[in-house]
Amino acid sequence: MTPPSNNSALPGPDDILRRELNNGITVLARENFSSPAVVVSGLLRAGSLLEPPEKAGLASFHSSLMMRGTEQHRFDELYEEIEGIGASLSFGSGGHTYRFSSKSLAEDLPQMLNLTAEVICQPTFPEEHVERVRGQIMTSLQMRAHNTRSMAALKFIELAYPDGHPYGRSVNGYLDTIPAITRDDIVSFHKNLGPHKAVIVVVGAVKAEEAVRLVKDALGQWENPQQPDILSAPDALRLTTPRREHVLIPGKTQSDLVLGFPGPARANPDFHAARLANSILGEFGMYGRLGDAVRKAQGLAYYSYSRMTGGFGPGPWRVIAGVAPEKVEQAVETIREEIRRIVDEPVSDEELAENRAYFKGQLVLSLETNEGVAESIKLMEMHDLGLDYLCRYAAMIDAITIEQIQKAAANYLDPDAYALAVAGPD
Amino acid sequence: MDQDGVIKTTLDNGLKVLINEAHHAPVASFWVWYRVGSRNEVPGITGISHWVEHMQFKGTEKYPGDEVDRLISRVGGHWNAMTFYDWTAYYEVMPANQIDLGLDLEADRMVNGLYDPEEVESERTVILSERSGSENSPVWLLYEEMLSAAFRVHPYRVPVIGERIDLQTITRDDLYNHYRRYYVPNNATAVMVGDINAEEALEKIERLFGGIPAGDPIPEVNRPEPPQFGERRVTLNREGQTAFVSVSYRAYETAHPDFFALTIVDSILAGASSLNFMSTSDTSNKTSRLYRGLVETELAAGVGGGLIATIDPYLYSITATVRDGRTCEEVEEALDNELERMASGDISLQEFEKARKQAKALFAYDSESVSSQGFWLGFAETLTGSYDWFNDYLDRLMAVTLDDVRRVAAEVFHPHRRTVGWYLPTGHGDQGEL
Repeated sequence: MTPPSNNSALPGPDDILRRELNNGITVLARENFSSPAVVVSGLLRAGSLLEPPEKAGLASFHSSLMMRGTEQHRFDELYEEIEGIGASLSFGSGGHTYRFSSKSLAEDLPQMLNLTAEVICQPTFPEEHVERVRGQIMTSLQMRAHNTRSMAALKFIELAYPDGHPYGRSVNGYLDTIPAITRDDIVSFHKNLGPHKAVIVVVGAVKAEEAVRLVKDALGQWENPQQPDILSAPDALRLTTPRREHVLIPGKTQSDLVLGFPGPARANPDFHAARLANSILGEFGMYGRLGDAVRKAQGLAYYSYSRMTGGFGPGPWRVIAGVAPEKVEQAVETIREEIRRIVDEPVSDEELAENRAYFKGQLVLSLETNEGVAESIKLMEMHDLGLDYLCRYAAMIDAITIEQIQKAAANYLDPDAYALAVAGPD
Repeated sequence: MDQDGVIKTTLDNGLKVLINEAHHAPVASFWVWYRVGSRNEVPGITGISHWVEHMQFKGTEKYPGDEVDRLISRVGGHWNAMTFYDWTAYYEVMPANQIDLGLDLEADRMVNGLYDPEEVESERTVILSERSGSENSPVWLLYEEMLSAAFRVHPYRVPVIGERIDLQTITRDDLYNHYRRYYVPNNATAVMVGDINAEEALEKIERLFGGIPAGDPIPEVNRPEPPQFGERRVTLNREGQTAFVSVSYRAYETAHPDFFALTIVDSILAGASSLNFMSTSDTSNKTSRLYRGLVETELAAGVGGGLIATIDPYLYSITATVRDGRTCEEVEEALDNELERMASGDISLQEFEKARKQAKALFAYDSESVSSQGFWLGFAETLTGSYDWFNDYLDRLMAVTLDDVRRVAAEVFHPHRRTVGWYLPTGHGDQGEL
């Protein structure tokens, strides 16, 4: 197998400009003049881990409200500015981070950064919008209750992260927590956002120095002495028995299931070995061994694949499948069998070789767009991987052994002690 | 070679070829487009084009099905396919120095698909399960009802997945015959975009595809939908807690001179959106008229509109999610107000200019990646018979006047040429099952 054609095209220390601003924001910029567009991708260190369980969904509610008005622009004026130039700007929250991204023509970058700064530093959370957004969230939670995929995912995290672990709660909240959130809660929650350890990446048709200067102009003065410490999630306990539950949703013709475990954090030493194990199990070549076993060989399911999240904490490692209701048990047995195999038996030399090649090629493909490049740079910064991470990546993947893969699988997976949620008809 | 750098040629067997170099990333994308989709189907075999697409992943003598996914993944690439009303498209995106594998695979499966009877049966389960997945969605169920009310004659009346009964009865030979009839070079367009040398790429395509014999001429689809006189309404009473209202109007085909004016109408009413299926640009659309009239007024939790590019006239559809505590009547009334305003010509120059700027920006974003460029070229060629449609996209858009937009809005939003659908939730019950 030959290496990617143009290794010099990998973003690295030579063409990523990195600057730390005095207030703690790290700005990274990379130029691409092949189209007149530019993307900004940023993250702030706050998230749903900061919300009390009885107010689950607070961070998400708060982030949905950030763009509902600023001290300079009402909601409709703000969006008129953004949409009027064909640009987009969005904010969202997860467990550990708030993320935002914008896309515009390069000529409009200064305006987009100023609007971003307004939204971050001077949101007003108008009362009428609090209620309007609350209504939208309630409608989406009611729709969720009838969606087999969403309900299987929701029940799964409850089973896999018991005893009050924050990963066991829905970041979107629940029908009984959203009504309990007040505007005051939203306003207070905003005080969690600050510049310390924030990351902003600019990729596109703008000179890198210019990009850094524009970010500094827009956000260099932002301070928040009350910003809390960086969040960390507690360890997740290994499951010791099967924990199974069925969510009954009558009238559906397909069942969805999620079977899985707490997985490795990004910083765990066996993270990449676990990624390879996951790929072999349920990703490579249209869903790996699971795809072969469940989808092709037995025509059991429309889809069946595995995913490993691996963020700041012990994110889930799970198998997801959509199956005919009468075939749920058969699918579960097949999935458990494949999990047993990846834990008990070493993967083959061929599997190792082809999955290494897959990982290396995927990296090249992910750099096709400005968004892809920005995501990669953001990842390097948020997990302290170093600007040469993409350049080192191939050697790092090639160094992973069959023994490491099996060990990583055994560290997290267990065919006899798992969380399983099924959602569908009887 | 064209002035914009695109090589366009037709091989002796009728295969159209479009090639464009793009060197911003070491990636290439190869596409083969077939001009066949659910539009070419008749009752009894609905869904067959989509099923054939699935079978095309089941292998040939040279590339057995269970090995191809591995081969592609092994070079870090990915491949996929889409079946729509009018077309079926296959593509590979790979590190540029590996794209030859994509060419070879596509040339091989244009003729050598095995259609193993066992694979057909196993895939029947998968296809039925895919349909079941769609049926889990209230919006999809409503869409299916709306289609069959809006179209009486034209094959667009059935969703691409096909009717359940047909998916239960289609045979291996039905599939194979469909494949052999439509998967011929004279019904296909090959597109290559990326970090490649165009001359070399053309040579490779000629070498791999040039020897495939042309097939018989493709049967014309000649089932035009008769004019509609009067509103049609459908109601679904099914499980769930959320109600939906959907409205569809007769719209223009892609090659129609007013299609671009209709995209401006769509942008003003429902917000800017891309026709490119590979688009990654999502616009917030919070300043569209529908958002302001339905969501900001707290009648709907969400609203979306859509124009779809098709060979024959299709529908312009809007679907709103009724907010908890509100009714379909209220939402429909608000929707009507917005549509009547559009139809009466109440459109400002400012709105018009904004829609044009949005369209320009979206087009720039969607021309960025090699896969979305590949999509545009093949899509334009397949739908309109010429990729000039893509080439002239911005010029045509800029040629649209405000008067055009007003005229088109009045013509399309005619109350006698629409279909209205309500999804009325019945809670957790099983109503409707006999």
